[in-house]
Amino acid sequence: MVAAVAERVAAGPSANALLNVQNVSVRFGGIVALNGVSFDVPRGAILGLIGPNGAGKTTLFNCFSRLYIPNSGDILFEGRSILREPRHAIPRLGIGRTFQNAALFDGLSVRDNIKVGCHASTGNGFLTNALRLPARHTEEERIGKRADEMTAVLDLGSYAQRPAGGLPFPIKKRVEIARALAGAPKLLLLDEPAAGLNHEEVDALRAQIRRIRDAQNVTVLLVEHHMSLVMSVCDKVVAIDFGKKIAEGTPAEVQKNPDVIRAYLGTGA
Amino acid sequence: MADTVASRNGTPAASAAGFVWGYRYGLLLVVLPLLLIAGGKAGFVSNFQFLQLSLMIVYAIAVLGLNLLTGFNGQISLGHGAFFAAGAYTAAILIDQHNWPLWATLPMAALVCFFAGYLFGLPALRLEGHYLALATFALAVAVPQILKYRHLEPITKGVMGINVFKSDPPFGLPLSTDQWMFLVVLAVAAFMFWIARNLLDSRTGRALIAIRDHSMAASTMGINVAHYKAVVFGISALYTGLAGALHGVIFEFVSPDSFRFELSIAILVGAVVGGIASLPGAVIGGVFVQVIEKYADALTKQISAAVQLPLELDPWLIYGIVLIALMYAMPTGIVGGMAVLWRRLKAMRGL
Ligand SMILES: Nc1ncnc2c1ncn2[C@@H]1O[C@H](COP(=O)(O)OP(=O)(O)OP(=O)(O)O)[C@@H](O)[C@H]1O
Ligand SMILES: [Mg+2]
Repeated sequence: MVAAVAERVAAGPSANALLNVQNVSVRFGGIVALNGVSFDVPRGAILGLIGPNGAGKTTLFNCFSRLYIPNSGDILFEGRSILREPRHAIPRLGIGRTFQNAALFDGLSVRDNIKVGCHASTGNGFLTNALRLPARHTEEERIGKRADEMTAVLDLGSYAQRPAGGLPFPIKKRVEIARALAGAPKLLLLDEPAAGLNHEEVDALRAQIRRIRDAQNVTVLLVEHHMSLVMSVCDKVVAIDFGKKIAEGTPAEVQKNPDVIRAYLGTGA
Repeated sequence: MADTVASRNGTPAASAAGFVWGYRYGLLLVVLPLLLIAGGKAGFVSNFQFLQLSLMIVYAIAVLGLNLLTGFNGQISLGHGAFFAAGAYTAAILIDQHNWPLWATLPMAALVCFFAGYLFGLPALRLEGHYLALATFALAVAVPQILKYRHLEPITKGVMGINVFKSDPPFGLPLSTDQWMFLVVLAVAAFMFWIARNLLDSRTGRALIAIRDHSMAASTMGINVAHYKAVVFGISALYTGLAGALHGVIFEFVSPDSFRFELSIAILVGAVVGGIASLPGAVIGGVFVQVIEKYADALTKQISAAVQLPLELDPWLIYGIVLIALMYAMPTGIVGGMAVLWRRLKAMRGL
């Protein structure tokens, strides 16, 4: 307890943020995908991460899930660096994510996809499951219940038994959100959830994101090109361009920022 | 297919249906062999036919092992004959040189092959697709040579091979040795299929399929991909090795030439023909391997005689022909093809 408090004090004013991004740089050969990006994600917030194509948004997400290791800088989750954690330990810390191009398990049903999302919060191994030991039944029941809850939250009931492979893209993206939520993350990373959605669907998504934040008690980091969604749902927005942070603040502030306008109109650079 | 969906959809009705199905299968597993044994007693089923049946079941276990690895986890193996051989030799050596009883030999062979598969699977993790296929291919080619290796001869008996004595039926049961071995093989197979089904219909099985379908996404769901891949390699080798041990015992003989590279291909073709990601497919695959092994030679001779080819055909040609024909007619294997046919029939009746 004392140690935890001391740590917070030592870490300065940003210590009650859920996620601290500290000076993160990522290079791919000659390409600098991220260049010293820093910002905090406050607990309980919906934070928008915007920027033109190729700005480095997905690269940053990939650092959060340890698919990439930054060349320099650090990423703290609940005050602890995640960079030394193995990739598969990340969801157990409480970070769940979706992918820009919907990385579902095509051969599994929607319900089973969502069940895979429970992997990190469950623990039965090969022997228990192979021999149908009693623990198998209790855990499978728990997983099934959780999957049904998330199916309901994302309104996927009519798709539950369908194989994920053949679903339309917008449904796939919704299944991904359900799958990520199944693991009860503290931080949910959404990479362009509105891609391919029509007007009403974006409205539904907006309501869903709010409901998820409030009911599931998660902090949301939202990468999105759909500006009206970002501006209406986010508490705070960070804008990056060419791997550099160019603005940070409330949606209204960021929208007015001349650098942001220039980045989007393409008159800069 | 409809069955798997029903058994996975955890409603009470579905689980009751699953129970009834399990019950029926269980009954079938008791009644069918009893009928066969009765047929054997009455002289309708010969000992040779019991041996043939046992071999089919043995190959079904081997194919199931490969199904788990390739069909459900997406790792290719062209070398499962190596694990089959390892299981057979473990059993033969233990029985012949150490006088182990059969019941102790089988778990030991399984264990040896699990570790062999696990250890092979660990470095194989860095190999994807074609490279893994090549590494397993090398294994399959190397094993017969290793078994013939001069300095291992005191144990492996080199090209001479090892004679294995079948154990007689215990408790003075009034069964022939072939009938008894048939029951043993069937019981082992039933247990191993039950295990496979349990695994697949659980957190573990979903993780295996997740890795197959999208290994990067699987890792971000918290699945330790390396661990799962290595363990399932071990389990797969365990199945195939256990099949090898049973093969050695019912065949009463093991030698390097029984485990040539063609065996690995036979197991793979059996898996693909039955349906690579299907448990019933493994049974069909097992039957296929045995039937081809038995008739390929004669069939090839007949074909070359019929079309009057001036050159001699290799019996393995049959594999290629059957495989191409089947892949053309039923790209998802016999089980998948049957499911499609069944759906069409139902649709036609519905009209
Ligand atoms: N694995 C990789 N190897 C090489 N270059 C990469 C890799 N991943 C990303 N990049 C490069 O890094 C830069 C940032 O890409 P990133 O995908 O993060 O952009 P983004 O902001 O998500 O764009 P979009 O809005 O189009 O999704 C791009 O120039 C991209 O080509
Ligand atoms: Mg992106």
